[in-house]
Amino acid sequence: MNQRPLWGSVLLYLCAALVVIVSVYPFLYTVTTSLKTGTALFSTSLLPTNPTLHNYVTLFQGKQPFGTQLGNSVMVATTTVVLSMLMAVTAAYALGRIAFKGKGLLLLAILAVSMFPQVAVLSGMFELMQALGLYNRTLGLVVPYTVFTLPFTVWMLTTFMRQLPKELEEAAIMDGCGPLRIIFQVFMPLLAPALVSTGLLAFIGAWNEFMFALTFVSDDFNRTVPVGISMISGATAYEIPWGSIMAASVIVTVPLVALVLVFQKKIVSGLTAGAIKG
Amino acid sequence: MKNRTQVAWTFLAPMLILMAVVAGWPLLRSVWFSFTDTNINNIAEYSYVGFDNYFSGWGLFGPSILSREFWDTDWGISIKNTFQFSLVSVLLETLLGLAVAMLLNQEFKGRAWVRTAVLVPWAIPTIVSAKMWGWILHDQFGLINQLLLDAGLISSKIAFTADPAYALWTVVGVDVWKTVPFMALLILAALQTLPKDCYEAARVDGIHPLRVFWKVTLPLIRYPLLVAVVFRLLDALRVFDLIFVLTSNSSSTISMSGFVRRDMIDNGNLGTGSAAATSLTVIIFVTAVLFMKAARVRFNEESN
Repeated sequence: MNQRPLWGSVLLYLCAALVVIVSVYPFLYTVTTSLKTGTALFSTSLLPTNPTLHNYVTLFQGKQPFGTQLGNSVMVATTTVVLSMLMAVTAAYALGRIAFKGKGLLLLAILAVSMFPQVAVLSGMFELMQALGLYNRTLGLVVPYTVFTLPFTVWMLTTFMRQLPKELEEAAIMDGCGPLRIIFQVFMPLLAPALVSTGLLAFIGAWNEFMFALTFVSDDFNRTVPVGISMISGATAYEIPWGSIMAASVIVTVPLVALVLVFQKKIVSGLTAGAIKG
Repeated sequence: MKNRTQVAWTFLAPMLILMAVVAGWPLLRSVWFSFTDTNINNIAEYSYVGFDNYFSGWGLFGPSILSREFWDTDWGISIKNTFQFSLVSVLLETLLGLAVAMLLNQEFKGRAWVRTAVLVPWAIPTIVSAKMWGWILHDQFGLINQLLLDAGLISSKIAFTADPAYALWTVVGVDVWKTVPFMALLILAALQTLPKDCYEAARVDGIHPLRVFWKVTLPLIRYPLLVAVVFRLLDALRVFDLIFVLTSNSSSTISMSGFVRRDMIDNGNLGTGSAAATSLTVIIFVTAVLFMKAARVRFNEESN
């Protein structure tokens, strides 16, 4: 139907190729760099001549507890997602399905919180973490993380909740279902795709967080991976072990990229529901 | 229906209480600290100093903001850096995001693959992309320097992340690389909701595609586009981790958030640091409101 002239097609494919190369090449280069050691690191060719896993091995045996930090990150991000989703689902039901006074204002306030710069609460949070005995505890990070992911998860789930059919809820009420049963038994199956995308985005947020993780944890063994990577150093200040840094980067990134690519349709629909219609 | 209202507030309670305790209270405390001379090593002992952290001789806004002196202080420089970074990167991200979205909105073989590839930069953690580009832009062994040298575009290698002439623009470049996908996907989603018949009619009438884009497409996606820009702008104004890792928070690239953290945690001045944090919050808030007023973006329930 849409006839495109030949030069148009050529241009289109050239642009598409350029976009793909610019998007993917830097990470590919990172992956192959992580397989180079010694002087081979300084060659800018993509493919390593003698690929080796040496960097990965030293990473887990180095002076930095990278394995422990990896475990910390998994633990913190997972706990954050679970807590945040539990609170967000019930809150989203209230905001999405029940009409009550002050709802608009509340939604606006939640949106405002999500736009707050983290440093605005940094000193107060520092005091609070120390007072609660959570300073320098890995799991202590869950507290600020949950609060900073909540606005976004609530906002997104509210959008999804609103789209569920009204008849379903009415029928459930007629059958004598309480609100909790409506949420967890009637709506849950329908909300599953939304929960996956929201949960994944919350996980990514907690996994990548840097400012709080850098500030509220001072012990190397309690740090999360992003901070760990930023602090990988060599024997002297002038010897930056780029091979190990690249290996660590690959380990941290591959699971995320894989998850995002597997769930890409859901994530895109989630993002657009959260941002465009918001 | 009183019962339903009760249910609503019960369901909202855990979230609201947590937010009040872990976001609201620290925010109030931060504002309070900004009126004190608290040091991080002994938070319990401090004295009230009023607006000294803001307006005294050594305060943030000690030198008049109209004077050259103010813009030469680290705080002034961080404000300038943050706004330069935010405006240029959001502008580039919007334009490139629009371009990529238009590309992905065309029908061609392998489109799904291109769309998948575009997601990769977005999925990479900021710290990783900072380290990755730090290596690719390395002043001695970096890929980009080698390519430019081989192409004969430069005669000596450039210290992209250290040279003050380049450092901030390097940060902008990396941020653009990482964020264009996000913008492109949001814009693409908006493009795909547009009615096909408009385009059909325009095509039948033989209207030039550029004119169609200008007169039909842009006005129709204006609202989602502006919302995406507001979100990005607010995000860019609080930039911290990319700069902290890519250019080691150097004075030539330090952002307002970076300044706050350095003052508060590294130098231990919890009081003045909090004053900077509070100022930053006010600045971001005012910018957001001004921008939304200018662009007439409104957030209300109807727009859902």
